[in-house]
Amino acid sequence: MTTGCQDKSGLSLHLHQQHPIPLQAEFACQRGELVALVGPSGSGKTTILRAIAGLHSPHSGQIICAGEVWLDTNSNLCRSPQQRRIGMVFQEPALFPHMCVLANIIVALDHMPKEIARARAHDWLERVNLGGLENRRPATLSGGQQQRVALARALAREPEVLLLDEPFSAVDKVTRRKLQSELAALRQHIDIPVVLVTHDLEEATLLADRICVLHHGETLDFGLPDRIMTQPLSPLVARLVDLPNIFDGVIECHASEAGPARMRWNNITLEIADNTTAKIGDTVSWTIPPSFVVLHRRRKPSKGERENPVSGRVSEVLTFNEISRITLLIEDLDDCPLVISLDTHAARRNEIKVGETITVSLLAQDIHIMPEKEV
Amino acid sequence: MDFSALMLSLKLALWTCVILIPLSLLIARPLAWTRLRYKGLIEAVIALPLVLPPTVLGFYLLVMLGDDTYLGRMFQAVFGRGLVFTFEGLLFASLIFNLPFAVQPIQRAFEAIPVNLREAAWCSGMSHLKTFYRIELPLALPGVISALTLTFAHTMGEFGVVLMVGGNIPDETRTIAIAIYDRVQAFDNVAAGVMSLVLLSISFLTLGIVYMAMPRWSGRS
Repeated sequence: MTTGCQDKSGLSLHLHQQHPIPLQAEFACQRGELVALVGPSGSGKTTILRAIAGLHSPHSGQIICAGEVWLDTNSNLCRSPQQRRIGMVFQEPALFPHMCVLANIIVALDHMPKEIARARAHDWLERVNLGGLENRRPATLSGGQQQRVALARALAREPEVLLLDEPFSAVDKVTRRKLQSELAALRQHIDIPVVLVTHDLEEATLLADRICVLHHGETLDFGLPDRIMTQPLSPLVARLVDLPNIFDGVIECHASEAGPARMRWNNITLEIADNTTAKIGDTVSWTIPPSFVVLHRRRKPSKGERENPVSGRVSEVLTFNEISRITLLIEDLDDCPLVISLDTHAARRNEIKVGETITVSLLAQDIHIMPEKEV
Repeated sequence: MDFSALMLSLKLALWTCVILIPLSLLIARPLAWTRLRYKGLIEAVIALPLVLPPTVLGFYLLVMLGDDTYLGRMFQAVFGRGLVFTFEGLLFASLIFNLPFAVQPIQRAFEAIPVNLREAAWCSGMSHLKTFYRIELPLALPGVISALTLTFAHTMGEFGVVLMVGGNIPDETRTIAIAIYDRVQAFDNVAAGVMSLVLLSISFLTLGIVYMAMPRWSGRS
């Protein structure tokens, strides 16, 4: 799979190994760009981050950052973490408990004269909104404050790449939101590649410019968050990014003068956009994001609702604040639940309740036929 | 009161600490952090003096340090005298029987340091040596202090091994513990009582000072 253009001043890597965790990963991250590595536990996200940092040596591969080769197993080159100019923020803040906050940051500025290092450390503390806490010990700070100190320490070294290993997972939700906003604001001022490891897809979508989906150490998909979340490459990627509507269909015909392209989904025929390379008769995997499914207003049907109408019985309604997630059991397709998401007020206005029958439209342009099939 | 025995005990305890603590740092750190194949075996060997009767340990040391052994001959060749019944022999024995008291607290202290602290130091540009003395050593300090205290107090009070290896030679191998035994054998309970009280006071003071000051030394408060 392609990993996007490689900027010479950014980060590019390809890593391969069988043990202890299989790796078959490659991606690139340009200056000023944030790439999020997402995937289930054990998918190799942290191992890749540690390999970039020089804390793990893969069996084979190459890592180039800012035009410098950090790892090249072909020429037995492997720079130590000290030689790589990295800024790393761990899941736990990893602050030195016997040092005050200021000293924790000065550690990363040891190569500078003392007075300059001190002034820089003060400056970084101000930038992460921790001015005045210089002399505090890490144990007296909150989790969020500790993670801000860790971020300041990582950036103080003026790194060539910033590596974030689930930095917000150990703090509460409110603090996480604040830290995410602060990181987004801080990114305006740092022109280096940023690699973020996260379990949280919402966080990845919110912060990342591009997302790299990993499974068993392999890069399965790499692209813009919107594209990954709505048009995944394969059913496996769709499942990994928590897309619920993954179905099989058979291509009936391509677009012609006689009409649009069509696909058979069990006993339902759906119109589709003719952008698949699959041949007539091929079985394909397809998906539609829950938020793209159009609900037919029960008392006031509109013109556009003629497109791919599907009726079903509501089997579940889950409300998460402003969004309601509704599961429909399509008539004659009980084993194929279709999930739709609606604004809660729309669900209320349409009186959607368990057991009711409703009709929805699967718009042709929103049906995504995945290029890769289930393995 | 046998002041020369007291001074000899203090000298033995100090030299044991001076040599054994740096040595234990070298042994304990890899035991704490590296996946050694025979780690369990090495730890068992180090812990042996804890469970062996002092007479058994003393007997083996006596045999090992004898003039007929490689170690004894080597020492004889370098210093012109043997190891058995000398202060140097006693010091060697003291290093062996104090090994678990010095290594184990330091090893536990290193094990308690989260691995990501070292990695954070490396990622911040610190060399391995700098990471050791600026991060690891200060954090392991409570363990080092414990090791120092235990080694010092244990050496001051050791009797069985000292008697086996050093005998009872005034100003050379007669420590305060041997002197107490000597006085009891001679029915001089007053002298034995005074020396016992001195030994008890030294041990109590050493432990008391260390444990009271431990929270401050630990630097985590």
